[in-house]
This record gives sequence, structure tokens and C-alpha cells, in this order.
Amino acid sequence: MMQVVYEKTKGLTDKQTHYCPGCTHGVIHKLVGEVLVELGVLGKTVGVAPVGCSVLAYDYFNCDMHEAAHGRAPAVATGIKRVLPDHTVFTYQGDGDLASIGTAEIIHAAHRGEKFTTIFVNNAIYGMTGGQMAPTTLIGQKATTSPYGRDQATTGMPLKVSEMLATIDGAAFVERVSVHDVPNIRKAKKAIKKAFQVQIEGTGFGIVEILSTCPTNWGITPVDSLTWLKENMIPYYPLGNFRTPEEVK
Amino acid sequence: MAEEKIIMAGFGGQGVMSMGQLLTYAGMIEEKNVSWLPSYGPEMRGGTANCAVIVSDKQVGSPIITNDATAAIVMNRPSLDKFEDDIRKDGKLLINSSLIEKKASREDLTVFYIKANDIANDLGNAKVANMVMLGAYLEITKVVKVESVIEALKKVFGPAKEHLVPLNKDALEKGAEAVR
Amino acid sequence: MSKTLMKGNEALGAAAIQAGCKYFFGYPITPQNELPEYMARELPMIEGGAFVQAESEVAAINMIYGAAGAGARCMTSSSSPGMALKQEGISYIAGAELPCVIVNISRGGPGLGGIQPSQADYFQSTRGGGNGDYRHLVYAPATIQEAVDLVMEAFDVADYYRNPVIVIGDGMIGQMMEPVEFKELKKRDLPVKDWATTGTNEERKPNIINSLALDPAELEKHNQKLTRKYKEMEEKEVRHEDYQVEDAELIFVAYGTTSRITRNVVDSLREEGIKAGMIRPITLWPFPTAAIQNVPASAKALLAVEMSEGQMIDDVKIAIEGRLPAYHYGRSGGMIPVPEDIIEKAKEILGGVK
Repeated sequence: MMQVVYEKTKGLTDKQTHYCPGCTHGVIHKLVGEVLVELGVLGKTVGVAPVGCSVLAYDYFNCDMHEAAHGRAPAVATGIKRVLPDHTVFTYQGDGDLASIGTAEIIHAAHRGEKFTTIFVNNAIYGMTGGQMAPTTLIGQKATTSPYGRDQATTGMPLKVSEMLATIDGAAFVERVSVHDVPNIRKAKKAIKKAFQVQIEGTGFGIVEILSTCPTNWGITPVDSLTWLKENMIPYYPLGNFRTPEEVK
Repeated sequence: MAEEKIIMAGFGGQGVMSMGQLLTYAGMIEEKNVSWLPSYGPEMRGGTANCAVIVSDKQVGSPIITNDATAAIVMNRPSLDKFEDDIRKDGKLLINSSLIEKKASREDLTVFYIKANDIANDLGNAKVANMVMLGAYLEITKVVKVESVIEALKKVFGPAKEHLVPLNKDALEKGAEAVR
Repeated sequence: MSKTLMKGNEALGAAAIQAGCKYFFGYPITPQNELPEYMARELPMIEGGAFVQAESEVAAINMIYGAAGAGARCMTSSSSPGMALKQEGISYIAGAELPCVIVNISRGGPGLGGIQPSQADYFQSTRGGGNGDYRHLVYAPATIQEAVDLVMEAFDVADYYRNPVIVIGDGMIGQMMEPVEFKELKKRDLPVKDWATTGTNEERKPNIINSLALDPAELEKHNQKLTRKYKEMEEKEVRHEDYQVEDAELIFVAYGTTSRITRNVVDSLREEGIKAGMIRPITLWPFPTAAIQNVPASAKALLAVEMSEGQMIDDVKIAIEGRLPAYHYGRSGGMIPVPEDIIEKAKEILGGVK
């Protein structure tokens, strides 16, 4: 007798994604989709897609979606949530979108305590445009616009978004996770779920920073990428919770 | 009255804007065509304030008064210097002589000197100097009835400040007396 | 309903609320601040209403993008440099076909410019300050009453076409007070917003608000669809007022604040026996091209009066196709034209054309 051991979440559509082999966007999409279904909010969810590799996320999430201008997803989400305060609203943003062009929008959404959730995918590089340096690129890391490796003297230190947002009172939930192995994927899902719960309970803004890979632009294999993430990104971007409201602890 | 174009000017806090608004409101109550145009910007922060009021039997064209004011009410010296030339020939100039020692320099105007601050102080409240000037202006021009201004006052003040109506009424009357 | 005396900026807000607008997103800038201030006082009193002071004009227009996508009647306002920042969002909103109303109480430029009345945003408003092939209606009221009427109508027009609508005034329209009456609008048949992101309830396919189309053929199709919509606007929504045009020899073209000054000029010239008239565009886009093309045979010349160094004059010239000389008289930087100077220019032109 046949037994169903795994089913794709109905939080995602059947559309085949455009992500490169080994990219962890797919895993993160799955986690978000599962959480929306498990919390029973999928039918009352509006997601906001960014500009960057996940620009086409609006085709993959099985809920109403809004494609924002580069960096503006938190502003778009603010507009949606103010109109639909009982709905679940999330933004899905990469590091160029959130940590560079959209810093004002993310800081002030957190600052106002907007009741939506941000999924922030940090892969330390601009993927969609072909591997340019991001604010999150590590020191010494090569990118097409830091061909000799990122130089602190001229480009500063990589931006620690979670630490920065954790200083803002309106940011009720801030956690950094990683998806480089199964135990961490499980932890990531828990964090995503908590961040959405914070929104549903109306406590404030929630963000989960997810360390992710980019084998294509890092120029290494998918397996090596997972190791590279673990060995290089986590030491600089420590995993853990920076803020949790009492209610969801 | 076909069309009255009044410039009101003074320094911030002299109630120049509200004096203009009351006249405009009163004109509206009497179903005349009206407009109120304030100066705005940094000059409002403690500097001079002025507004242009038009009360007309026909549709108001430009709300801007350049050099064809039928009257000007000036509450302080800089306002006299700035707006005297904007009054049309044979126009009226009302000068708050409590604060302005200088006389009008044009001879083709009908000029009224009103000790607005002294009169207001006698009434017990220096803030109604603007109402004294407005009372004088209405007595001279009869643009709108004093009753309409009182009605406008009640609407602008609302119930919370209705107790201030008698004082303002007295100020309008004293202003009228000053030019009778 | 009786008349009330209102400041232009506040009347614009009151009209929006009257038209069912419950959401306002904005950023402070002179000379339009009384409008967001009015909304900040009033919208929280309305069930479900919200006012948000955004961190920037860029954020404000993108909040509008979100709110409009969720199906709400919403509004933002700004002044010239702030409008420049909003252009990105306006392009997206036009591309994604969402309705919203945007008020520009314009001031002198370029750059930070000044804060006094100006009409130097004509190009920005009518040419599309943002990227791409898009258009939007631009209403240019000349009185507070007209501003109120047009704002109320703007919400319907925006919903009908699923397109942003701009209402442009200047510091004078924003700051002055005139009596206004809030009248019932003629109702338009408006389509249901079945495209809005209101949640699928797991009963329908997801709605997607989007302006991205990576396939050129698909994007061209979208552009062509938008163009058909803009053509319909050009046919149905263009509006202007004729003043003393029938037998005029000199026809002024002026809108908003300058049209009020020019109206006085026309009266003065007529008193002197000079046959002057005025065409007043009420919509800057679509521009009343036909009105200009159909000037009476008595017309010898056109004179555009603007508070700019010459922007609308381009549309006047395009419309008249060289059949009559078209002149421009402008003041800029916040300087307001005085009737005497316009009259002098008019006489100079008539002298020259004879």
C-alpha cells in the first residue's frame, strides 16, 4: 500500500521557479509557504515581492502578491496593512533591496512598528544583476564591483541589519537564522513562524534575516556554498534572536 | 460697493490674518463673492504678516492685489512702508497710530489715523487692536454689516470662546467711533 | 448644502474624504502642509481610516502603491521637489494600473527652488516625470470650489480608468480661502475592484499587482493596452473653459492661478475696446488641443501666460500647428505676473500682428 510521506505545501503555486541550482531561495519560499498554511492565514495573506533574484516571487507564493519597486517593499506593505489590518502581510527581500536601496523604508517600517513580517534573504551579493558587491558582502569577498575583494577602507564593513534593527523599539521580533543544513532549516522555520505570530497578535514589526547561498555568483558548487556560508558568513553574522516579545517566547 | 480689495498687514500676533478671515467670512454670509489670500513662508515666523481680501458683487478674478487696493489697514511701520504704494488713487489708508508715528506720504489717499492699541488697552485687552481697525474700516466703507462680522466671529470662535464675542463687539464699535 | 469658507489645502482634504478616501500617506513640504495636517486630524476619526506620515515622498507614494493595490481610495500630496521624488512610484502605479489621487501644490524650481506659487511643473505633470510610456490625467483648478469638485471627480476617474490622477495647484490655490460647497457628484458606473490584493480566501487564484513584464512582446501588448486607455481619456476627459473667445482677436491660454489674473486682463482689455479672450485648460493632460485648433476666425494670435519660462506654450504651438503666431508671457521663481505687464505684452503682440 502506498503512503504519502511528503506533500508540497499549498502555500506555493505549481509554477517552476527560475532560481539557480543550489540556491536556497527555494527552501526559504517553502518555509514561508508552510508557515502561512500552518497558521491558517494563507487566504488572508498579501505578500510583497522585491526587486532582485526573488523579483518573480509573486508567481510562486499561492496568495495575493504585490510586486514593489526596488527597496520599497516595506512602504508598499505599510500601505496594504493600513488598508487591511486584519490580513497577514509580508515582504520578501534580498540584501540589495533591503540593506542598500531600501534602508530608509525598512528602518522606518520597523520604527513605526508596522504590523507586517519581513523575510530578509542575505546572500552577501547582488544575484539578479550578476554578482555585484552588496552592503552585506564580506571583507575580502570578490564580486564584480569589488574584483580585488571587498576593501574595508573604501567600502566599509558589511552591514549587520538584524543588529541594527534590534535597536529599534518598534521591531518586536528580530532573529537571524541560516538554511545551510537541516537542523538550521528547522530553526529557520520556527523563527519565521514566530515572526508571523508576532504580526497576527498585533505586537509589532517582525523580521527574520536568513543567511542564504548564491553558488552562481560566488562561483563555487552548491555543496561548497553551504560550507562557505557556515565557515564565513556565520562568524560575521552570528545566528540568534535579537528581540522577542514576551507573548511569543 | 462693486469690489473692495483690502490689504491687511502687521507683524505676527497682531491678528492680521484673522481680521482678514472675519471680513471674508462676513462677506460670504452676505452672499458676496470673496477671497482671502495670505502671505506664507518664513516671513510668517515672527516677521510681517499680510493678507489680501476681496469682497465683490461679481466673481472674484485674481485674488492677488498688486497696486489696485481700494484700502489698506496697516498695523505697524514696516507694513506702511511696504504697502502704501499698492493702494489705488483715492483709496483709503487706515494707520494704527498707536504704533506708527510716521504719517502717510501720499496725498491722493484718504488717510485715517486710529490709536488701535490704546483703544484696545482701554478695553482691557491689547489683542483686539485688530478688531478696532476692522470696526473703523467697516464704518468707513460699509462693505459688510457689523452684525455679519459678529456672526462670523461666533462661527470662528465656536462655543468654547463665545465669551470673547462681547469684547470683540466692543472693539468693533470703538473702532467705528474713532472714525465717525 | 451651505457654503463654508475654507483654505485650499484643507478643502482638498475635505473633498477627498467626501469622495470616500480613507487613507493618506504623505511627507511635509511647504506650501501644502495644511492638507496632510487636515488628514491627520480627520482620518483617524473615520472607521478604518489611516493617516501615515511617511519617512519620505518616495515611501509615501509606495505606500499609496500598496494601499491602491489593496483596493482602497487613497491620496498623497506634495509640492514640486517632493513630486519629483514621487515619480518612480507614479510610473509603477500607472504600469500596474492602479487608481489613486495625487495633489501637487507646486512651487518654484529647479532643485529646492522656492516656496512661492509657480507653474514650472507643467512638463513634469504632463510628460510623465517617471520612466516609460505612460500618461495620467492632470486637473488644474483655478478656484477652491473647482479644486473641491475636481478632487471628488478625480477619485471616480481614477477608479474608472485604473490610473493615477494628478490635481495640480500652486501655493496660491493651497493657501487662499474661498467659499466652497460640497456638492453631490454625478455618479459614474465604476468597475468592481476584483483585481485588488484582498486575500484569496483560498477561493480564487491569487491576484498579482505588478508592472514587470520581461517578455518584450508581452510588454508591448501591455503598452498598447495602456495607450488605448489614454486615447479614451483624451476623447472623454479633456476639459477647458472659454472666456470671451467668440469674437476675440487675441486669445490668451492660461490655467490655474494665472487664468484668474488673465481673466482680469481680458476684462480690462475689453473695457479699452480690445477684443481679447481666454481659453482656460482645466485638464493639462489631456490638453484641450481641439479648443485651440477651433479658435474663431477673428483670432490673430495666441498668448500663453504661465508662471514658468515657457512650458505649456509647447502644447499651444503643437495644437495650432503654425496657423497662428503663438507667444508666451511668463514670470517664474514664485513671481506672479501683474495685469499691467500682460496687457503691455498683449498690445505689443496686437500691434505687431496688424
